[in-house]
Amino acid sequence: MPRISFPVLVLLGLIAVTLPLSLLAGRVWIDPAHTPNAAVILADLRLPRSLLALVIGAGLGAAGAAMQGYLRNPLADPGLFGIAPMAALGAVASFWFGYAASAWLLPLFALVGAGMGMALLALIAGRTGGIALFTLAGLMIASLAGTLTSLAISMAPNAFAMSEIVTWLMGALTDRSWREVWIAAPLTIAGIGCLMLTGRGLDALTLGSAAARSLGVRDKVLQAWLITGVGLTVGSGVAVAGIVGFVGLIVPHLVRPFTDRRPSQLIVPSALAGALLVLVADCTVRILPLVTELRLGIALSLIGAPFFLWLLLRMRRGLA
Amino acid sequence: MMQLAARDITVEGRLNGVSATFQPGTITAICGPNGAGKSTLLSALANLAALDAGQVLLGDTALTAIAPQMRAQRIGFLPQDGQIAWDVAVRSLVALGRMPFRDEAPDKVARALAALDLTAFADRPVSTLSGGEKARALLARVLAGEPEWLLADEPLAALDIGHQLTLLRHLRAEAARGTGVVLVLHDLALAMNHADHVMVLGEGRLAASGAPAHALSEAIIAKVWGVSAKWIGEAGGRALIME
Repeated sequence: MPRISFPVLVLLGLIAVTLPLSLLAGRVWIDPAHTPNAAVILADLRLPRSLLALVIGAGLGAAGAAMQGYLRNPLADPGLFGIAPMAALGAVASFWFGYAASAWLLPLFALVGAGMGMALLALIAGRTGGIALFTLAGLMIASLAGTLTSLAISMAPNAFAMSEIVTWLMGALTDRSWREVWIAAPLTIAGIGCLMLTGRGLDALTLGSAAARSLGVRDKVLQAWLITGVGLTVGSGVAVAGIVGFVGLIVPHLVRPFTDRRPSQLIVPSALAGALLVLVADCTVRILPLVTELRLGIALSLIGAPFFLWLLLRMRRGLA
Repeated sequence: MMQLAARDITVEGRLNGVSATFQPGTITAICGPNGAGKSTLLSALANLAALDAGQVLLGDTALTAIAPQMRAQRIGFLPQDGQIAWDVAVRSLVALGRMPFRDEAPDKVARALAALDLTAFADRPVSTLSGGEKARALLARVLAGEPEWLLADEPLAALDIGHQLTLLRHLRAEAARGTGVVLVLHDLALAMNHADHVMVLGEGRLAASGAPAHALSEAIIAKVWGVSAKWIGEAGGRALIME
Protein backbone atom coordinates (compact mmCIF):
# COMPACT_ATOMS: atom_id res chain seq x y z
CA MET A 1 0.00 0.00 0.00
CA PRO A 2 1.26 3.49 -0.78
CA ARG A 3 2.11 5.44 2.31
CA ILE A 4 0.41 8.79 2.97
CA SER A 5 2.98 10.98 1.28
CA PHE A 6 3.47 14.72 1.49
CA PRO A 7 1.75 15.49 -1.85
CA VAL A 8 -1.26 13.42 -0.76
CA LEU A 9 -1.57 15.43 2.47
CA VAL A 10 -1.27 18.75 0.63
CA LEU A 11 -3.86 17.74 -1.96
CA LEU A 12 -6.27 16.49 0.70
CA GLY A 13 -5.87 19.83 2.48
CA LEU A 14 -6.53 21.79 -0.70
CA ILE A 15 -9.65 19.74 -1.44
CA ALA A 16 -10.88 20.27 2.13
CA VAL A 17 -10.60 24.04 1.62
CA THR A 18 -11.93 24.14 -1.96
CA LEU A 19 -14.97 21.92 -1.49
CA PRO A 20 -16.88 24.23 0.91
CA LEU A 21 -15.96 27.26 -1.22
CA SER A 22 -17.25 25.50 -4.34
CA LEU A 23 -20.61 25.05 -2.66
CA LEU A 24 -20.97 28.78 -2.21
CA ALA A 25 -19.66 29.74 -5.65
CA GLY A 26 -21.88 30.08 -8.68
CA ARG A 27 -23.90 32.48 -10.80
CA VAL A 28 -25.63 33.25 -7.52
CA TRP A 29 -23.23 33.36 -4.57
CA ILE A 30 -24.78 31.76 -1.55
CA ASP A 31 -24.59 33.25 1.89
CA PRO A 32 -25.83 30.39 4.07
CA ALA A 33 -27.20 32.82 6.64
CA HIS A 34 -29.19 35.04 4.29
CA THR A 35 -29.91 33.40 0.92
CA PRO A 36 -33.44 32.01 0.88
CA ASN A 37 -33.63 28.22 0.51
CA ALA A 38 -29.86 28.04 0.98
CA ALA A 39 -30.06 24.59 2.56
CA VAL A 40 -32.04 23.10 -0.34
CA ILE A 41 -29.78 24.65 -3.00
CA LEU A 42 -26.67 23.41 -1.20
CA ALA A 43 -27.91 19.91 -0.50
CA ASP A 44 -29.74 19.15 -3.74
CA LEU A 45 -27.87 21.15 -6.39
CA ARG A 46 -24.41 22.27 -5.39
CA LEU A 47 -23.20 19.43 -3.18
CA PRO A 48 -23.92 16.64 -5.71
CA ARG A 49 -22.36 18.72 -8.48
CA SER A 50 -19.19 19.35 -6.47
CA LEU A 51 -18.95 15.72 -5.39
CA LEU A 52 -19.44 14.61 -8.98
CA ALA A 53 -16.60 16.92 -10.06
CA LEU A 54 -14.37 15.29 -7.44
CA VAL A 55 -15.37 11.77 -8.49
CA ILE A 56 -14.88 12.32 -12.22
CA GLY A 57 -11.61 14.18 -11.75
CA ALA A 58 -10.27 11.49 -9.43
CA GLY A 59 -11.12 8.76 -11.92
CA LEU A 60 -9.53 10.59 -14.85
CA GLY A 61 -6.40 11.49 -12.88
CA ALA A 62 -5.84 7.95 -11.65
CA ALA A 63 -6.55 6.46 -15.08
CA GLY A 64 -4.12 8.89 -16.71
CA ALA A 65 -1.37 8.07 -14.23
CA ALA A 66 -1.82 4.31 -14.69
CA MET A 67 -2.04 4.59 -18.47
CA GLN A 68 1.14 6.66 -18.71
CA GLY A 69 2.89 4.13 -16.50
CA TYR A 70 1.67 1.21 -18.56
CA LEU A 71 2.62 2.73 -21.91
CA ARG A 72 5.82 4.20 -20.43
CA ASN A 73 4.88 7.35 -22.24
CA PRO A 74 4.11 10.70 -20.60
CA LEU A 75 1.93 11.72 -23.55
CA ALA A 76 -0.69 8.97 -23.06
CA ASP A 77 -4.23 10.06 -22.27
CA PRO A 78 -6.81 7.53 -21.04
CA GLY A 79 -9.35 8.98 -23.48
CA LEU A 80 -7.25 7.89 -26.44
CA PHE A 81 -7.68 4.17 -25.98
CA GLY A 82 -11.18 3.38 -27.04
CA ILE A 83 -13.05 3.21 -23.76
CA ALA A 84 -14.12 6.86 -23.48
CA PRO A 85 -15.15 7.12 -27.18
CA MET A 86 -17.10 3.86 -26.86
CA ALA A 87 -18.89 5.18 -23.77
CA ALA A 88 -19.71 8.37 -25.66
CA LEU A 89 -21.00 6.29 -28.56
CA GLY A 90 -23.28 4.41 -26.17
CA ALA A 91 -24.66 7.67 -24.84
CA VAL A 92 -25.13 9.01 -28.37
CA ALA A 93 -27.06 5.87 -29.25
CA SER A 94 -29.44 6.53 -26.37
CA PHE A 95 -30.11 10.04 -27.75
CA TRP A 96 -30.51 8.67 -31.23
CA PHE A 97 -33.16 6.20 -30.19
CA GLY A 98 -34.82 8.75 -27.93
CA TYR A 99 -34.11 6.80 -24.74
CA ALA A 100 -32.22 9.67 -23.16
CA ALA A 101 -35.51 11.07 -21.89
CA SER A 102 -35.26 8.48 -19.11
CA ALA A 103 -32.59 9.66 -16.73
CA TRP A 104 -31.23 6.17 -16.03
CA LEU A 105 -30.99 4.96 -19.61
CA LEU A 106 -28.41 7.50 -20.84
CA PRO A 107 -25.72 6.52 -18.31
CA LEU A 108 -26.66 2.88 -18.71
CA PHE A 109 -26.12 3.04 -22.46
CA ALA A 110 -22.81 4.82 -21.91
CA LEU A 111 -21.70 2.15 -19.42
CA VAL A 112 -22.64 -0.57 -21.88
CA GLY A 113 -20.58 1.26 -24.52
CA ALA A 114 -17.62 1.47 -22.13
CA GLY A 115 -18.02 -2.23 -21.34
CA MET A 116 -17.97 -3.09 -25.04
CA GLY A 117 -14.84 -0.99 -25.47
CA MET A 118 -13.17 -2.85 -22.60
CA ALA A 119 -14.23 -6.21 -23.99
CA LEU A 120 -12.93 -5.36 -27.46
CA LEU A 121 -9.60 -4.19 -26.05
CA ALA A 122 -9.28 -7.30 -23.90
CA LEU A 123 -10.28 -9.56 -26.76
CA ILE A 124 -7.78 -8.11 -29.23
CA ALA A 125 -4.84 -7.30 -26.94
CA GLY A 126 -5.46 -9.73 -24.08
CA ARG A 127 -4.32 -12.85 -25.91
CA THR A 128 -0.67 -11.76 -25.86
CA GLY A 129 -0.70 -9.11 -23.16
CA GLY A 130 1.54 -7.03 -25.46
CA ILE A 131 1.70 -3.25 -25.14
CA ALA A 132 2.08 -2.39 -28.85
CA LEU A 133 -1.01 -4.40 -29.73
CA PHE A 134 -2.91 -2.75 -26.87
CA THR A 135 -2.01 0.72 -28.16
CA LEU A 136 -2.95 0.01 -31.77
CA ALA A 137 -6.16 -1.79 -30.83
CA GLY A 138 -7.13 1.09 -28.51
CA LEU A 139 -6.51 3.71 -31.17
CA MET A 140 -8.50 1.77 -33.75
CA ILE A 141 -11.44 1.25 -31.39
CA ALA A 142 -11.36 4.97 -30.58
CA SER A 143 -11.29 5.84 -34.25
CA LEU A 144 -14.18 3.50 -35.04
CA ALA A 145 -16.27 4.81 -32.14
CA GLY A 146 -15.56 8.39 -33.21
CA THR A 147 -16.63 7.64 -36.76
CA LEU A 148 -19.84 5.97 -35.64
CA THR A 149 -20.56 8.95 -33.38
CA SER A 150 -20.13 11.29 -36.35
CA LEU A 151 -22.40 9.04 -38.38
CA ALA A 152 -25.05 9.18 -35.67
CA ILE A 153 -24.84 12.97 -35.57
CA SER A 154 -25.04 13.33 -39.36
CA MET A 155 -28.02 11.01 -39.52
CA ALA A 156 -29.78 12.27 -36.42
CA PRO A 157 -33.56 11.70 -36.62
CA ASN A 158 -34.27 15.39 -35.93
CA ALA A 159 -32.54 18.66 -35.24
CA PHE A 160 -33.36 18.45 -31.55
CA ALA A 161 -31.61 15.10 -31.13
CA MET A 162 -28.62 16.41 -33.05
CA SER A 163 -28.24 19.45 -30.84
CA GLU A 164 -28.72 17.28 -27.74
CA ILE A 165 -25.94 14.95 -28.85
CA VAL A 166 -23.52 17.70 -29.76
CA THR A 167 -24.11 19.57 -26.51
CA TRP A 168 -23.82 16.42 -24.40
CA LEU A 169 -20.55 15.35 -26.07
CA MET A 170 -18.91 18.56 -24.90
CA GLY A 171 -18.98 17.38 -21.30
CA ALA A 172 -20.53 19.28 -18.40
CA LEU A 173 -21.74 18.93 -14.84
CA THR A 174 -24.69 21.30 -15.24
CA ASP A 175 -27.92 20.16 -13.55
CA ARG A 176 -26.45 16.90 -12.27
CA SER A 177 -28.08 15.38 -9.20
CA TRP A 178 -27.43 12.79 -6.53
CA ARG A 179 -28.47 10.08 -9.02
CA GLU A 180 -25.33 10.70 -11.10
CA VAL A 181 -23.21 10.66 -7.95
CA TRP A 182 -24.64 7.27 -6.99
CA ILE A 183 -23.89 5.92 -10.46
CA ALA A 184 -20.35 7.27 -10.83
CA ALA A 185 -18.93 7.18 -7.29
CA PRO A 186 -19.02 3.41 -6.59
CA LEU A 187 -17.76 2.53 -10.07
CA THR A 188 -14.97 5.10 -9.91
CA ILE A 189 -13.86 4.00 -6.46
CA ALA A 190 -13.79 0.37 -7.61
CA GLY A 191 -11.86 1.44 -10.72
CA ILE A 192 -9.25 3.36 -8.72
CA GLY A 193 -8.90 0.25 -6.55
CA CYS A 194 -8.14 -1.83 -9.67
CA LEU A 195 -5.63 0.76 -10.86
CA MET A 196 -3.87 0.72 -7.48
CA LEU A 197 -3.43 -3.03 -7.90
CA THR A 198 -1.47 -2.39 -11.08
CA GLY A 199 1.09 -0.20 -9.27
CA ARG A 200 3.68 -2.90 -8.60
CA GLY A 201 3.55 -4.18 -12.19
CA LEU A 202 3.77 -0.64 -13.57
CA ASP A 203 6.90 -0.02 -11.47
CA ALA A 204 8.49 -3.15 -12.93
CA LEU A 205 7.59 -2.00 -16.46
CA THR A 206 9.98 0.92 -15.89
CA LEU A 207 12.67 -1.59 -16.90
CA GLY A 208 10.83 -2.72 -20.03
CA SER A 209 8.50 -5.57 -20.72
CA ALA A 210 11.04 -8.44 -20.63
CA ALA A 211 12.56 -7.31 -17.34
CA ALA A 212 9.10 -6.89 -15.83
CA ARG A 213 8.17 -10.45 -16.74
CA SER A 214 11.48 -11.69 -15.36
CA LEU A 215 10.51 -10.02 -12.07
CA GLY A 216 7.39 -12.15 -11.92
CA VAL A 217 4.89 -9.69 -13.43
CA ARG A 218 2.19 -11.55 -15.36
CA ASP A 219 1.53 -9.23 -18.26
CA LYS A 220 -1.95 -10.52 -19.10
CA VAL A 221 -3.09 -10.11 -15.50
CA LEU A 222 -1.63 -6.61 -15.34
CA GLN A 223 -3.36 -5.64 -18.57
CA ALA A 224 -6.68 -7.04 -17.39
CA TRP A 225 -6.58 -4.97 -14.18
CA LEU A 226 -5.59 -1.90 -16.16
CA ILE A 227 -8.42 -2.27 -18.68
CA THR A 228 -10.93 -2.88 -15.87
CA GLY A 229 -9.68 0.10 -13.86
CA VAL A 230 -9.62 2.51 -16.79
CA GLY A 231 -12.98 1.19 -18.01
CA LEU A 232 -14.67 1.74 -14.65
CA THR A 233 -13.21 5.19 -13.99
CA VAL A 234 -13.35 6.67 -17.49
CA GLY A 235 -16.53 4.83 -18.49
CA SER A 236 -18.50 5.99 -15.47
CA GLY A 237 -17.13 9.52 -15.89
CA VAL A 238 -18.32 9.73 -19.49
CA ALA A 239 -21.64 8.16 -18.50
CA VAL A 240 -22.53 11.00 -16.16
CA ALA A 241 -20.65 13.99 -17.56
CA GLY A 242 -19.84 13.42 -21.23
CA ILE A 243 -16.33 13.75 -22.61
CA VAL A 244 -14.02 15.63 -20.26
CA GLY A 245 -10.61 15.59 -21.91
CA PHE A 246 -7.04 16.45 -20.96
CA VAL A 247 -7.40 15.86 -17.19
CA GLY A 248 -5.84 12.40 -17.48
CA LEU A 249 -3.03 13.80 -19.58
CA ILE A 250 -2.16 16.94 -17.61
CA VAL A 251 -2.60 15.86 -14.01
CA PRO A 252 0.08 13.13 -13.83
CA HIS A 253 2.56 15.66 -15.26
CA LEU A 254 1.74 18.25 -12.64
CA VAL A 255 2.03 15.68 -9.86
CA ARG A 256 5.04 13.64 -11.04
CA PRO A 257 7.78 16.12 -9.96
CA PHE A 258 6.42 15.98 -6.39
CA THR A 259 6.66 12.17 -6.19
CA ASP A 260 9.62 9.81 -6.49
CA ARG A 261 8.47 9.24 -10.10
CA ARG A 262 7.61 5.59 -9.62
CA PRO A 263 4.31 4.93 -11.43
CA SER A 264 2.82 3.23 -8.35
CA GLN A 265 3.40 6.34 -6.25
CA LEU A 266 1.65 8.55 -8.81
CA ILE A 267 -1.80 6.96 -8.89
CA VAL A 268 -3.30 8.24 -5.63
CA PRO A 269 -1.85 11.78 -5.84
CA SER A 270 -3.05 11.99 -9.46
CA ALA A 271 -6.54 10.95 -8.39
CA LEU A 272 -6.59 13.73 -5.77
CA ALA A 273 -5.10 16.33 -8.11
CA GLY A 274 -7.56 15.37 -10.85
CA ALA A 275 -10.43 15.77 -8.38
CA LEU A 276 -9.14 19.21 -7.39
CA LEU A 277 -8.60 20.32 -10.99
CA VAL A 278 -12.11 19.37 -12.16
CA LEU A 279 -13.68 20.90 -9.04
CA VAL A 280 -11.87 24.21 -9.59
CA ALA A 281 -12.57 24.16 -13.34
CA ASP A 282 -16.26 23.51 -12.76
CA CYS A 283 -16.48 26.37 -10.23
CA THR A 284 -14.73 28.64 -12.70
CA VAL A 285 -17.15 27.92 -15.54
CA ARG A 286 -20.01 28.59 -13.10
CA ILE A 287 -18.62 31.93 -12.02
CA LEU A 288 -17.61 33.27 -15.44
CA PRO A 289 -20.01 36.09 -16.42
CA LEU A 290 -21.08 34.63 -19.78
CA VAL A 291 -24.58 34.53 -21.25
CA THR A 292 -24.60 30.72 -21.25
CA GLU A 293 -22.36 28.62 -19.07
CA LEU A 294 -19.07 27.60 -20.67
CA ARG A 295 -19.06 23.79 -21.06
CA LEU A 296 -16.63 22.12 -18.67
CA GLY A 297 -15.21 19.90 -21.40
CA ILE A 298 -14.45 22.94 -23.55
CA ALA A 299 -12.93 24.85 -20.66
CA LEU A 300 -10.58 22.00 -19.81
CA SER A 301 -9.60 21.59 -23.46
CA LEU A 302 -8.87 25.32 -23.62
CA ILE A 303 -6.44 24.86 -20.73
CA GLY A 304 -5.27 21.42 -21.82
CA ALA A 305 -4.35 21.90 -25.46
CA PRO A 306 -1.88 24.77 -24.88
CA PHE A 307 -0.45 22.80 -21.95
CA PHE A 308 0.07 19.82 -24.24
CA LEU A 309 1.89 22.01 -26.77
CA TRP A 310 4.08 23.46 -24.04
CA LEU A 311 4.88 19.90 -22.96
CA LEU A 312 5.88 18.95 -26.49
CA LEU A 313 8.08 22.03 -26.79
CA ARG A 314 9.80 21.22 -23.51
CA MET A 315 10.35 17.60 -24.54
CA ARG A 316 11.71 18.75 -27.89
CA ARG A 317 14.23 20.91 -26.09
CA GLY A 318 15.17 17.89 -23.98
CA LEU A 319 15.65 15.75 -27.07
CA ALA A 320 17.58 18.35 -29.08
CA MET B 1 23.06 -25.49 -5.86
CA MET B 2 21.02 -26.75 -8.77
CA GLN B 3 21.86 -26.91 -12.43
CA LEU B 4 19.96 -25.00 -15.08
CA ALA B 5 19.47 -27.09 -18.18
CA ALA B 6 17.92 -26.65 -21.61
CA ARG B 7 16.53 -29.94 -22.97
CA ASP B 8 16.05 -30.06 -26.73
CA ILE B 9 14.48 -26.62 -26.89
CA THR B 10 13.09 -25.34 -30.17
CA VAL B 11 11.74 -21.88 -30.92
CA GLU B 12 10.46 -21.73 -34.47
CA GLY B 13 12.93 -19.85 -36.65
CA ARG B 14 15.36 -19.14 -33.77
CA LEU B 15 16.52 -22.30 -31.97
CA ASN B 16 16.56 -25.85 -33.25
CA GLY B 17 16.75 -28.58 -30.62
CA VAL B 18 19.36 -27.01 -28.31
CA SER B 19 20.43 -28.94 -25.21
CA ALA B 20 22.84 -27.34 -22.76
CA THR B 21 23.60 -27.61 -19.07
CA PHE B 22 24.74 -24.62 -17.01
CA GLN B 23 26.70 -25.02 -13.78
CA PRO B 24 26.22 -22.87 -10.70
CA GLY B 25 29.27 -20.99 -9.41
CA THR B 26 30.70 -20.49 -12.89
CA ILE B 27 30.54 -17.90 -15.66
CA THR B 28 29.17 -19.32 -18.90
CA ALA B 29 29.38 -17.24 -22.08
CA ILE B 30 26.95 -17.79 -24.96
CA CYS B 31 28.59 -16.71 -28.22
CA GLY B 32 27.63 -16.82 -31.87
CA PRO B 33 27.06 -14.70 -34.97
CA ASN B 34 24.11 -12.30 -35.26
CA GLY B 35 20.83 -14.18 -35.50
CA ALA B 36 22.29 -17.42 -34.12
CA GLY B 37 19.69 -17.50 -31.32
CA LYS B 38 21.79 -16.30 -28.35
CA SER B 39 19.22 -13.91 -26.90
CA THR B 40 16.42 -16.41 -27.50
CA LEU B 41 18.32 -19.09 -25.58
CA LEU B 42 18.96 -16.68 -22.70
CA SER B 43 15.26 -15.66 -22.63
CA ALA B 44 14.27 -19.32 -22.65
CA LEU B 45 16.49 -19.95 -19.62
CA ALA B 46 14.41 -17.36 -17.74
CA ASN B 47 11.13 -18.74 -19.12
CA LEU B 48 10.56 -15.54 -21.08
CA ALA B 49 10.39 -17.18 -24.52
CA ALA B 50 7.53 -19.40 -25.68
CA LEU B 51 9.05 -22.78 -26.59
CA ASP B 52 7.70 -24.81 -29.48
CA ALA B 53 9.38 -27.95 -28.13
CA GLY B 54 11.58 -29.05 -25.27
CA GLN B 55 11.85 -27.63 -21.78
CA VAL B 56 14.13 -25.83 -19.37
CA LEU B 57 14.84 -27.52 -16.05
CA LEU B 58 15.94 -25.91 -12.81
CA GLY B 59 17.25 -28.90 -10.88
CA ASP B 60 14.61 -31.51 -11.69
CA THR B 61 11.69 -29.09 -12.07
CA ALA B 62 10.48 -27.65 -15.37
CA LEU B 63 10.56 -23.84 -15.30
CA THR B 64 7.00 -23.73 -16.60
CA ALA B 65 5.89 -25.60 -13.45
CA ILE B 66 7.34 -22.91 -11.17
CA ALA B 67 5.08 -19.94 -10.32
CA PRO B 68 6.33 -16.69 -11.92
CA GLN B 69 7.05 -15.10 -8.56
CA MET B 70 9.05 -18.09 -7.30
CA ARG B 71 10.95 -18.29 -10.58
CA ALA B 72 11.70 -14.57 -10.35
CA GLN B 73 13.17 -15.09 -6.88
CA ARG B 74 15.64 -17.64 -8.23
CA ILE B 75 16.50 -16.39 -11.72
CA GLY B 76 17.56 -12.78 -12.30
CA PHE B 77 17.43 -11.50 -15.87
CA LEU B 78 19.15 -8.43 -17.27
CA PRO B 79 17.87 -7.58 -20.78
CA GLN B 80 20.07 -6.00 -23.39
CA ASP B 81 18.10 -2.80 -24.00
CA GLY B 82 18.74 -1.29 -20.55
CA GLN B 83 15.47 0.64 -20.52
CA ILE B 84 14.65 2.95 -17.63
CA ALA B 85 11.38 4.67 -18.54
CA TRP B 86 11.04 7.07 -15.61
CA ASP B 87 13.63 9.23 -13.95
CA VAL B 88 13.57 7.39 -10.60
CA ALA B 89 16.28 7.53 -7.96
CA VAL B 90 19.04 4.91 -8.23
CA ARG B 91 17.91 3.38 -4.94
CA SER B 92 14.32 2.96 -6.21
CA LEU B 93 15.65 1.38 -9.39
CA VAL B 94 17.75 -1.13 -7.47
CA ALA B 95 14.85 -1.82 -5.07
CA LEU B 96 12.83 -3.11 -8.05
CA GLY B 97 15.01 -6.21 -7.75
CA ARG B 98 13.20 -6.99 -4.49
CA MET B 99 9.84 -7.17 -6.25
CA PRO B 100 9.67 -10.99 -6.40
CA PHE B 101 10.00 -11.02 -2.58
CA ARG B 102 7.37 -8.30 -2.00
CA ASP B 103 9.71 -6.50 0.37
CA GLU B 104 11.97 -3.49 0.03
CA ALA B 105 14.76 -5.04 2.20
CA PRO B 106 16.80 -1.82 2.61
CA ASP B 107 19.82 -3.83 3.80
CA LYS B 108 19.91 -5.96 0.65
CA VAL B 109 19.39 -2.94 -1.58
CA ALA B 110 22.21 -1.15 0.25
CA ARG B 111 24.45 -4.21 -0.16
CA ALA B 112 23.76 -4.38 -3.90
CA LEU B 113 24.49 -0.65 -4.21
CA ALA B 114 27.74 -1.06 -2.29
CA ALA B 115 28.78 -4.12 -4.31
CA LEU B 116 28.72 -2.02 -7.46
CA ASP B 117 30.22 1.12 -5.89
CA LEU B 118 26.96 3.02 -6.22
CA THR B 119 26.36 4.03 -2.61
CA ALA B 120 27.29 7.64 -3.34
CA PHE B 121 24.78 7.73 -6.22
CA ALA B 122 21.89 6.13 -4.32
CA ASP B 123 19.70 9.22 -4.14
CA ARG B 124 20.52 10.63 -7.57
CA PRO B 125 18.02 10.41 -10.44
CA VAL B 126 19.10 7.84 -13.01
CA SER B 127 19.13 10.49 -15.76
CA THR B 128 22.25 11.99 -14.16
CA LEU B 129 24.26 8.76 -14.45
CA SER B 130 26.84 8.05 -17.14
CA GLY B 131 26.50 4.96 -19.35
CA GLY B 132 28.84 2.94 -17.15
CA GLU B 133 27.08 3.97 -13.95
CA LYS B 134 23.71 3.13 -15.47
CA ALA B 135 24.91 -0.34 -16.48
CA ARG B 136 26.15 -0.90 -12.92
CA ALA B 137 22.82 0.31 -11.48
CA LEU B 138 20.89 -2.11 -13.70
CA LEU B 139 23.15 -4.98 -12.60
CA ALA B 140 22.71 -3.92 -8.97
CA ARG B 141 18.95 -4.20 -9.54
CA VAL B 142 19.38 -7.90 -10.36
CA LEU B 143 21.83 -8.48 -7.48
CA ALA B 144 19.40 -6.97 -4.97
CA GLY B 145 17.22 -10.04 -5.51
CA GLU B 146 20.18 -12.32 -4.66
CA PRO B 147 19.21 -14.77 -7.41
CA GLU B 148 20.72 -18.24 -7.79
CA TRP B 149 21.05 -17.54 -11.49
CA LEU B 150 22.10 -14.30 -13.14
CA LEU B 151 21.32 -14.16 -16.85
CA ALA B 152 22.55 -11.08 -18.70
CA ASP B 153 22.20 -10.23 -22.39
CA GLU B 154 25.24 -8.31 -23.64
CA PRO B 155 25.85 -6.55 -20.31
CA LEU B 156 29.20 -5.22 -21.53
CA ALA B 157 28.19 -4.03 -25.00
CA ALA B 158 27.89 -0.30 -24.38
CA LEU B 159 30.83 -0.01 -22.00
CA ASP B 160 34.41 1.12 -22.45
CA ILE B 161 37.14 -1.41 -21.59
CA GLY B 162 37.66 -0.03 -18.09
CA HIS B 163 33.99 -0.41 -17.20
CA GLN B 164 33.86 -3.80 -18.91
CA LEU B 165 36.57 -5.09 -16.60
CA THR B 166 34.90 -3.54 -13.54
CA LEU B 167 31.60 -5.24 -14.36
CA LEU B 168 33.33 -8.57 -15.09
CA ARG B 169 35.04 -8.34 -11.70
CA HIS B 170 31.61 -7.95 -10.05
CA LEU B 171 30.21 -10.87 -12.05
CA ARG B 172 33.20 -13.03 -11.04
CA ALA B 173 32.58 -12.15 -7.39
CA GLU B 174 28.95 -13.26 -7.79
CA ALA B 175 30.03 -16.57 -9.35
CA ALA B 176 32.46 -17.07 -6.45
CA ARG B 177 29.47 -16.83 -4.08
CA GLY B 178 27.88 -19.73 -5.92
CA THR B 179 25.66 -17.85 -8.35
CA GLY B 180 25.37 -19.30 -11.83
CA VAL B 181 26.28 -16.50 -14.24
CA VAL B 182 25.25 -16.80 -17.91
CA LEU B 183 26.23 -14.01 -20.30
CA VAL B 184 25.54 -13.42 -23.95
CA LEU B 185 28.81 -11.97 -25.27
CA HIS B 186 29.67 -10.65 -28.70
CA ASP B 187 33.29 -9.96 -27.87
CA LEU B 188 35.05 -13.31 -28.27
CA ALA B 189 38.19 -12.13 -26.48
CA LEU B 190 36.15 -11.25 -23.37
CA ALA B 191 34.55 -14.71 -23.50
CA MET B 192 37.94 -16.39 -24.03
CA ASN B 193 39.62 -14.58 -21.15
CA HIS B 194 36.85 -14.35 -18.56
CA ALA B 195 34.40 -17.23 -18.98
CA ASP B 196 34.75 -20.66 -17.38
CA HIS B 197 32.66 -22.26 -20.06
CA VAL B 198 31.63 -21.17 -23.56
CA MET B 199 28.66 -22.27 -25.65
CA VAL B 200 28.76 -21.39 -29.32
CA LEU B 201 25.51 -21.17 -31.27
CA GLY B 202 25.33 -21.23 -35.04
CA GLU B 203 22.07 -20.98 -36.97
CA GLY B 204 19.99 -22.02 -34.00
CA ARG B 205 22.05 -25.06 -33.08
CA LEU B 206 24.74 -25.70 -30.50
CA ALA B 207 27.98 -25.69 -32.52
CA ALA B 208 30.44 -26.12 -29.65
CA SER B 209 30.47 -26.25 -25.87
CA GLY B 210 33.34 -26.51 -23.46
CA ALA B 211 36.30 -24.70 -22.01
CA PRO B 212 36.94 -21.38 -23.82
CA ALA B 213 40.12 -22.57 -25.53
CA HIS B 214 38.25 -25.54 -26.95
CA ALA B 215 34.85 -23.99 -27.82
CA LEU B 216 36.41 -20.85 -29.32
CA SER B 217 39.21 -22.58 -31.20
CA GLU B 218 40.34 -21.09 -34.48
CA ALA B 219 38.72 -24.00 -36.34
CA ILE B 220 35.32 -23.37 -34.75
CA ILE B 221 35.53 -19.61 -35.35
CA ALA B 222 36.27 -20.36 -39.01
CA LYS B 223 33.34 -22.77 -39.21
CA VAL B 224 30.68 -20.78 -37.31
CA TRP B 225 31.61 -17.17 -38.11
CA GLY B 226 33.22 -17.87 -41.49
CA VAL B 227 36.21 -15.79 -40.45
CA SER B 228 39.85 -16.76 -40.52
CA ALA B 229 41.25 -15.53 -37.23
CA LYS B 230 44.12 -16.32 -34.88
CA TRP B 231 44.51 -16.12 -31.10
CA ILE B 232 47.68 -14.48 -29.82
CA GLY B 233 48.99 -13.91 -26.31
CA GLU B 234 48.98 -15.85 -23.07
CA ALA B 235 46.03 -17.63 -21.42
CA GLY B 236 43.84 -15.09 -19.62
CA GLY B 237 45.09 -12.25 -21.84
CA ARG B 238 44.42 -13.48 -25.34
CA ALA B 239 43.54 -11.30 -28.30
CA LEU B 240 41.91 -12.27 -31.56
CA ILE B 241 43.46 -11.00 -34.77
CA MET B 242 42.02 -11.39 -38.25
CA GLU B 243 44.20 -12.98 -40.85
